[in-house]
Amino acid sequence: MDEKDLELLRILEENSRLSTDEIATMTSLAEAEVARRIGALEAAQVIMRYSTVVNWEKAGNGEVSAIIELKVSPERDFGYDRIAERLSRFRQVRSLRLITGTYDLQLIVTGKNMQDVSRFVSEHVAPMDRIRETATHIIMKSYKENGNTFFEQPETERLPISP
Amino acid sequence: MDDVVSLGVGEPDFNTPWNICESSIYSIEQGSTSYTSNRGLQTLRDTLSRYLAQHYGVNYDSNSEMVITTGVSEALDIAVRAITDPGDEILIAQPSYVSYGPCVTLAGGTPVPLRCTEKDHFKINPDTLSEQVTKKTKALVINFPNNPTGGVMTKSDLKAVADIIIDHDLVLISDEVYAELTYEGSHCVAATVDGLWERTITLNGFSKAYAMTGWRIGYLCAPEELCDAALKIHQYVMLCAPVMGQVGALEALRSAEEDKNSMVNEYRLRRNLFVAGLNRIGLPCHVPEGAFYAFPSVEKTGLSDVEFAERLLKEQKVAVVPGSVFGTGGEGHVRCAYAVSRKQLNEALERMDAFLKSL
Repeated sequence: MDEKDLELLRILEENSRLSTDEIATMTSLAEAEVARRIGALEAAQVIMRYSTVVNWEKAGNGEVSAIIELKVSPERDFGYDRIAERLSRFRQVRSLRLITGTYDLQLIVTGKNMQDVSRFVSEHVAPMDRIRETATHIIMKSYKENGNTFFEQPETERLPISP
Repeated sequence: MDDVVSLGVGEPDFNTPWNICESSIYSIEQGSTSYTSNRGLQTLRDTLSRYLAQHYGVNYDSNSEMVITTGVSEALDIAVRAITDPGDEILIAQPSYVSYGPCVTLAGGTPVPLRCTEKDHFKINPDTLSEQVTKKTKALVINFPNNPTGGVMTKSDLKAVADIIIDHDLVLISDEVYAELTYEGSHCVAATVDGLWERTITLNGFSKAYAMTGWRIGYLCAPEELCDAALKIHQYVMLCAPVMGQVGALEALRSAEEDKNSMVNEYRLRRNLFVAGLNRIGLPCHVPEGAFYAFPSVEKTGLSDVEFAERLLKEQKVAVVPGSVFGTGGEGHVRCAYAVSRKQLNEALERMDAFLKSL
């Protein structure tokens, strides 16, 4: 991993649909070199996959997301890892992190509606061994996701020509 | 006219980083709305003095060798007025920003263009400089990285002209507002070259590096005697730079380093994309090493730079600025500012390609 790799990652994270040709021109690398480096980053799972930041509220499919916080008793020898892995296998769990503070694990869960989310938490998450407490926060509105703001920013006026 | 892709704008397309805006808004809420000292906020000058020493290895005392101005435009005006006597000739390295000549004229001096050519990568040619200096020459005005050419002067380039400046006892006015936008290596402040500090007025500001054009904050640094002369004019015509802008500038120095770096990096990617594109469609363009302008030659099209710009706007709705606007040496070129999104740059290239094919 060198400076050029980091630069490619930054470019792709911002827009993964650029062609290797265009990336090569921008970075002053040969196209084959760009392809080779990206291939290596994919193979090493540094690039996990190419996805899209969707504003689902705008898409209007009515899905509901929630942040779920969990207090968990860690296991001898494994800490939080085994229970985290178990939780992460659920399709409904979009993100899962170990955090500091009052709670131990934080999940982002999506479901078709609020009942769907609450059923998932009460039937699958809360009863799981070693989970001592849950707190569910339904997401009411998203303002920013992965560096992308979801609110309209007014066009600023610039002079059409300036010296 | 709708649907125009404008490459004519000499300012960043980014908004000012939010931490800068936020700190300025907060300071207004806290009632910080009064005059500052003529020289500018003490904390801003102290921080700036340290920043210049750390980043560029140039030392200016924050209490006697520095004035915060209302943009570099004001800094240029007071610098020229401070040193110009009626009849003095002031050499201006051209192509250049449009206000140098008029500022000299307004100050009662005579602007004399010093031609920089594409052959020299738009740097100052020492021989040309020697030929142009007369007994009446008082000063030389330079701007590197350069608007409109993107040319830069490295330390060795500057050393090559320093002796001429010293031998003829000239004042050097160095507008370095694009210093942070240097893509290969690091910017050399002219005053760091041996023998130049004591005769150099360094001008710089926050507009380009931090996307703060509308805030109007620049600065002038010079040895005490020169600085005092400029300060005298500043205190009568401006009193002080706007306080909210100064607060924003302070925040820029304190915590916008990463924002600045990511903007500079984006300009570099755009430059590579756009300059390669210009050369591909048949507009030869040297690689600009600084600022955010490409300055391709349009001579091969058989059109003058003015005709080229007018027809490109009318026929393909792409706005560029004819090079002759920027004085001697600009003719036969057009200035394209690549401070627009990559998408717009690609669109502009496609339209320019179509325009060239229609000729």
